[in-house]
Amino acid sequence: MNHIAIEATGLTKKFGDVVALDGVSVSVPSGSVLGLLGPNGAGKTTAVRILTTIIRPDSGSARVLGYDVVSNASAVRYRIGLAGQYAAVDGNLTGRENLRLIGLLTQMPRNTIAARADVLLERFELTEAADRVVRTYSGGMRRRLDLAAALVHQPPVLFLDEPTTGLDPQGRLELWDVIRDLVSDGTTVLLTTQYLEEADKLADNIAVVDHGRIIAEGTPADLKARVGSTMIEIGLPDEGEAVRAKSVLARFSEDVEPDGRKVRMRINDGARVLIDVLRALDAAQLTPATMAVREPTLDDAFLALTGRQPEPRESPDRQAVAVGGA
Amino acid sequence: MTLTATSFPRPIEHNGLGRLVSAMSDILAVTWRNLLGYKRVPQLLVFSTIQPVIFVLMFRYVFGGAITVPGVSYVDYLMPGIFTQVVVFGSVGTAIGLAADLNTGLLERFRSLPMARPAVLAGRTTADLARNVFVVLLMAAVGFVVGFRVHTSAPEFIAGLALVLLFGYTFSWVFATVGLWVRDPESAQAAAFPVLAPLVFASSAFVPTNTMPDWLRVFAEHQPVSVTATAVRGLMLSGASTSDIVQAVAWSAAILLVFVPLAIWRYQRTA
Ligand SMILES: Nc1ncnc2c1ncn2[C@@H]1O[C@H](COP(=O)(O)OP(=O)(O)O)[C@@H](O)[C@H]1O
Ligand SMILES: [Mg+2]
Repeated sequence: MNHIAIEATGLTKKFGDVVALDGVSVSVPSGSVLGLLGPNGAGKTTAVRILTTIIRPDSGSARVLGYDVVSNASAVRYRIGLAGQYAAVDGNLTGRENLRLIGLLTQMPRNTIAARADVLLERFELTEAADRVVRTYSGGMRRRLDLAAALVHQPPVLFLDEPTTGLDPQGRLELWDVIRDLVSDGTTVLLTTQYLEEADKLADNIAVVDHGRIIAEGTPADLKARVGSTMIEIGLPDEGEAVRAKSVLARFSEDVEPDGRKVRMRINDGARVLIDVLRALDAAQLTPATMAVREPTLDDAFLALTGRQPEPRESPDRQAVAVGGA
Repeated sequence: MTLTATSFPRPIEHNGLGRLVSAMSDILAVTWRNLLGYKRVPQLLVFSTIQPVIFVLMFRYVFGGAITVPGVSYVDYLMPGIFTQVVVFGSVGTAIGLAADLNTGLLERFRSLPMARPAVLAGRTTADLARNVFVVLLMAAVGFVVGFRVHTSAPEFIAGLALVLLFGYTFSWVFATVGLWVRDPESAQAAAFPVLAPLVFASSAFVPTNTMPDWLRVFAEHQPVSVTATAVRGLMLSGASTSDIVQAVAWSAAILLVFVPLAIWRYQRTA
């Protein structure tokens, strides 16, 4: 397990005047998951495209399972699977035909392709739709087929570029399960994401990318320790109660600040402390009017790591979780 | 259920002769995929045949009466030109297909697979060649209905059609390059017309060149559409002149020699 499956050193890439990558180095031990976390335009896709031999770096080098992605691209291609940011499947073919095509083009022994396709269709719950033209699939089904296509030839190294972007929460959870399955079978995964939560859930190591550079690296725990912790926000009926609540809650965190009628605190281990917070409020006969728990987001991570918001941003991915009488 | 059960076989890494065989199999796989596309979206095929049928009817019945060509009936003169024109305009479909694959990200995926480098383009142009066989046979049938007759022999007629198909295959590579360059189907179509219209109309495809002003006539007589139409006409009407056929094949060979490597280079370097 101490082999390095993916190793990149000083990758740079320019598109015209745009610097997409500005010296990216990563090292992914065999059997582990690296999460490349960064906002839109950070350079994640460019890095994946270089590592999957689609484009060449302007400088720097990269190896996958020991094979150079430029000088030995063919050897790399036999060993990698790629599921891109957009479902790259043929709408005019059926699900089964799509998998067959990939099986043929990845040089699978011909007589094994049909059985392999069946396994994948079953695993991704596409058996019923297998002989329907993909044009008629929902977005989630296309995404699953796209991932299945990346797995036809059982690549030991898998690249997933924003695998859950555009999926509904249910679809996201299902995909996380699939990825965990693959990892438990020994597959090395490099995935990109815009969600801190996703990187936290799936990755053994996270590299935060911004403007084509890696600005922070570490385990999810390291990173979260640097980024800060869960924020709990309690709204009270009036300002007097807010001030009272602040003193009641002071023992949970040094970071309690009343903001009008709201009391905010940052605490580690948020979910467990939450119950104690509510008990303390109850004991002081304070009843919250509103309450929100928010886990740190990519924005928070950026704020903590760089002192600024990530840009350019498409849509803020804040996830406020309303807690009703926990 | 595990997805990576080790009992499953792994891809075969070819070398030597095996590599050539697997390259052929890659081309066939991509061809199969593209032909399925034509089967699943038959509108593509229908629209690409309506326009040439209209051309036949228009030139035969609208302009035909006003055009006289010494020695042959106009419909006989016209059909070899129509065959040539059909495959030239049809080659835009190659650009459209590739540009569409670029947009859906499918080409991106292909480029990450251990397949033979030219297979995506060769499979595309081969599928378009198969489509041209269908279109050309359909045009021949329409031609026979409106009075076209072969004055030579069946083998020569077939050789003429083969020359037309070679020419269409050649233009598919030209438009493969264009499609990879402009990257979207609409632009491919827009880019095609200003190039193709002069080639097809400033030619001997529909009318003899002898009434054109000198400067235009020199161009019209030597450019590839005319040279091909003339050779095909020879094969179908009056007996083939070897030099016409050699010139036509030479044009196709020269264009292929430039555009096959150019398209493959472009394919590999598409950012
Ligand atoms: N093919 C391309 N041509 C021109 N610019 C590109 C191309 N691909 C990426 N870029 C630019 O490079 C930067 C990084 O893009 P990308 O790697 O796609 O980021 P991410 O995947 O993190 O959103 C962006 O500014 C993007 O506009
Ligand atoms: Mg991206």
